This record gives sequence, structure tokens and C-alpha cells, in this order.
Amino acid sequence: MVAQPHRLAGGREITLPFSKAVEISISNLKIRFGRSLITTSGVILAIAFLMSVWSSNAIVEELRAANKSEINLLLQKNGIDTGLTDAGHASAEAAARMREEKSKQTWLITLSLLVCVVGIANAMLMSVTERFREIGTMKCLGALDSFIVRLFLLESTFQGSAGTAVGIVIGFLLTLFLALLDYGTYVFRYFPTAGILRSALAALVVGTLLSLVGAMLPAYRAAKMEPVAAMRSDT
Amino acid sequence: MTEERRTVVRTQNVKKLYHMGNVEVHALRGVNVEIFAGEYLSIMGPSGSGKSTFFNMVGGLDKPSEGKVYIDEVDVAQLDAYELAWLRCRKIGYIFQSFNLIPVMTALENVTLPMVFAGLTSDEARDKGMELLKKVGLAERHSHKPYELSGGQQQRVAVARALANDPAVVLADEPTANLDLRTGTEIIELLRAMNETSGVTVISATHDHKMLSVSDRVVWVKDGRVDHIANRQELQIEITKVAGE
Repeated sequence: MVAQPHRLAGGREITLPFSKAVEISISNLKIRFGRSLITTSGVILAIAFLMSVWSSNAIVEELRAANKSEINLLLQKNGIDTGLTDAGHASAEAAARMREEKSKQTWLITLSLLVCVVGIANAMLMSVTERFREIGTMKCLGALDSFIVRLFLLESTFQGSAGTAVGIVIGFLLTLFLALLDYGTYVFRYFPTAGILRSALAALVVGTLLSLVGAMLPAYRAAKMEPVAAMRSDT
Repeated sequence: MTEERRTVVRTQNVKKLYHMGNVEVHALRGVNVEIFAGEYLSIMGPSGSGKSTFFNMVGGLDKPSEGKVYIDEVDVAQLDAYELAWLRCRKIGYIFQSFNLIPVMTALENVTLPMVFAGLTSDEARDKGMELLKKVGLAERHSHKPYELSGGQQQRVAVARALANDPAVVLADEPTANLDLRTGTEIIELLRAMNETSGVTVISATHDHKMLSVSDRVVWVKDGRVDHIANRQELQIEITKVAGE
């Protein structure tokens, strides 16, 4: 008689509670803190760059909107078109210059974020290769592919969102400092609170998504590892 | 058939063929073995004999190219990924040559992980985990991480982990290979004691001749075939022969 296993089962299935998965992935990050820090620094840099571009745009926008002659003077000194130039053709030229500037910015941001994703994927792939025995063992203990995927995605997401948070703070503070040098306390008088918060939130989403995307292929590779890998005795 | 002769693992003309480039490697050339509940079975054989392949088949870690493997009367080849994971979680306990404790977890967490997978609540798992750690003599070290434990202690934790979900079979892959003589003997005796008290079937692949004296039966694998099977009575003679070689 060939019985199916679920008929032999005590009825209960195989599970990995979310809280347990969180616990495992956090301790995984802790034990490899140095390595996590290096991976995370990539995220920090990329997000700091993104945040500084966004927040300096927001600050400048707000100052331009204030439309005060002394501020406009400062803006023009920093090469920013205030939209108040006397000659119409000069203004069009300035607008074109700004558009070009904008697209260059977008290009730079895209590039830096791409480099960041590749960095995350690379680090996670290394981590997967290194942990073949651990992954194999988990599978021998009854872990499903989805458990392994969940662990790696969680790990990368935690790492990514922590890095993103730090990046946001660094990027913002740096921009604020530079803006203070350029425009003095006008920055505080016309502070774009809503714009900065919106940028921070967007950056948080972008950073977390990037870490998730970067970890997808490695997590899939890990999940497809055979349990027999646990038996390998080399390395 | 009496209760104690119930079959837990049965292989039927199991063959395994590997392709290494253009070369075909016959790791197993037709193996028929029946393993009974509650027995302590050792699989012996030189490296390259097909011993590991056979061992992995019996443990549901590898599927045969031909023939059938039944674990608890279930044909392993018929199982999907979920059912295989279920089988590994509840029916089989694994013990590895390199201990393979999860490095980020304490001894207790390592022992309870299979229970978590099996859906026990954390209270149930903790109680049962402590019970098992007590049995292997490590209750007071339950909060230690693997790197804070000696090799022998790590392997004890691994034994406790293997027994977590009261499996039908414990598979031990060279469990003493990374241990010194005395610690190795202790692990073998521990496995034997677990086998006697809880009636769990122990199947171990080994080169270690210390294993022979505790085994009920020894399967000798050679060139992808079962060379011969020695049972307890014959073993004494085998050991003398081996020692004389």
C-alpha cells in the first residue's frame, strides 16, 4: 500500500511564522554586521545622493516661489534662473538650460540607483553561496523554498531600509548645510517642509524597493539549492 | 510480521546514473535493502563505492534513476516538493558530518527549529527542546551559540535536533568523522541509547569501525552494489577480520 504523506500526517502543515522569520533574519544581519555594513553603505550613498538632489530642488523651488529680490539675487549668483530676467529670450535660454540640467540629474540618479541594485545583488549572491550548508540544513529540517526566499528577502529589506533611513538623513543634512552656506537663514524662513517630507518618503520607498529587487535573484538561487548541499564536506 | 520487524525504508532495485561530461557513472547498480523499524544500521564502504548516493536515497535527498525507494511505505519519487519537505521535517532526522548547526541560533533554537516548522507553539517547542537537550546532557548550555560549544557538544545538539519531531528514521552521515576518538565514541553511544530508549531507527553512513560494535546490521556497499549484509552475530567476526587486515 502506498499511502500519501498527508494521510499519514497529524494534520498539521509546515510553517514558518512571520515573527520567527523576522527574528532569524535580524540575527543573520547581526552576526555578519561588518559585511552588512559594507553592503548597506552602497545603499546609504545612493539614497543620500537621491535625497540631496531632491531636497536641494525643493529648497530652491521654495526660494524661487518666495520671489524676494534679495533671494533672487542669491539664486542668480548660484546660477539659478529666477524667471524674472528682463529679456524674454534670455529666460527661454535659461529654461532650456534648466531642462538639460534636470535630465542630467535624472540620468545620474538612475545610474547611481542601478549601481546600488547591482551591489546588493552581488553581496546577497555571495552570502547565498557562502551559506550553502546552512540553507541545505534548513531544507533538511523541512524548510520549504518559500521559507528560504522569505528569509533572504526580509534580510535584504531590513538592511535596505536601515541604509535608506541613514542615507536620507545624511543626504538631507548635507544639502541643508550647503543651502545655508549659499542662502543663509532664508532657507529656514522659506523651508519646504512638505516637499522634504515627500522626498524622504519617496526615497524610503525607492531604497526599500531596490533592496527587495536586488535580493530577488539571490533569494531564488538560495531557494533552489538542494538539501543535499548540507552534506557537502568541503569548505 | 511482528511489530518490531516493520519496514521503515525499502529500496527496490535502485539504480543511479550520473552524467559527468560524456562519461556515464553508475553510482548504484541495483540495490535492494530493507530496513526495519527500531534497528541501528550502518552503511559501510570506501569512498566512491556509492555509499553516499545510497545513503542520500534512503534519506529522501536524492531520487533514483531507476527503481523505487519507500520511506514509511511512501514512494519518495511520487512526492512533490511540499510533501518531501513534510517528510524531511517529520519523518527523518538528519545528523551531519560537520554538525551543521545554524550559526546564528542558540542550542535551544537549533533544536526547536524543526518544531517551529512543524507548527508547534513556541512554549511547546521550548519545553520539548529543553527535554531533548537534557537527554543529550546539554540542558545547562541551551543559550550557547554553536561557536561557544565544542565539536562533541555541537554534535549532541545536532542529535537532539534530529529527534525534534519524533522522526521514524535518524540519518547520520559520518557523524564521528570530525570528532576525536573519545568524543566520537560518546556520540555513537548516545545515538545507540536514543535508538534503544525511543525506538527510533538509526541509519548511519560511516568509515568508522567503532560504529560496527553497536550496529544491529551493517550493509557493505561496493561498486554500486550491496556487497553483503552482516547482522549482529556475524559482526564480531567481521571486526576481527577488519582489524586483521
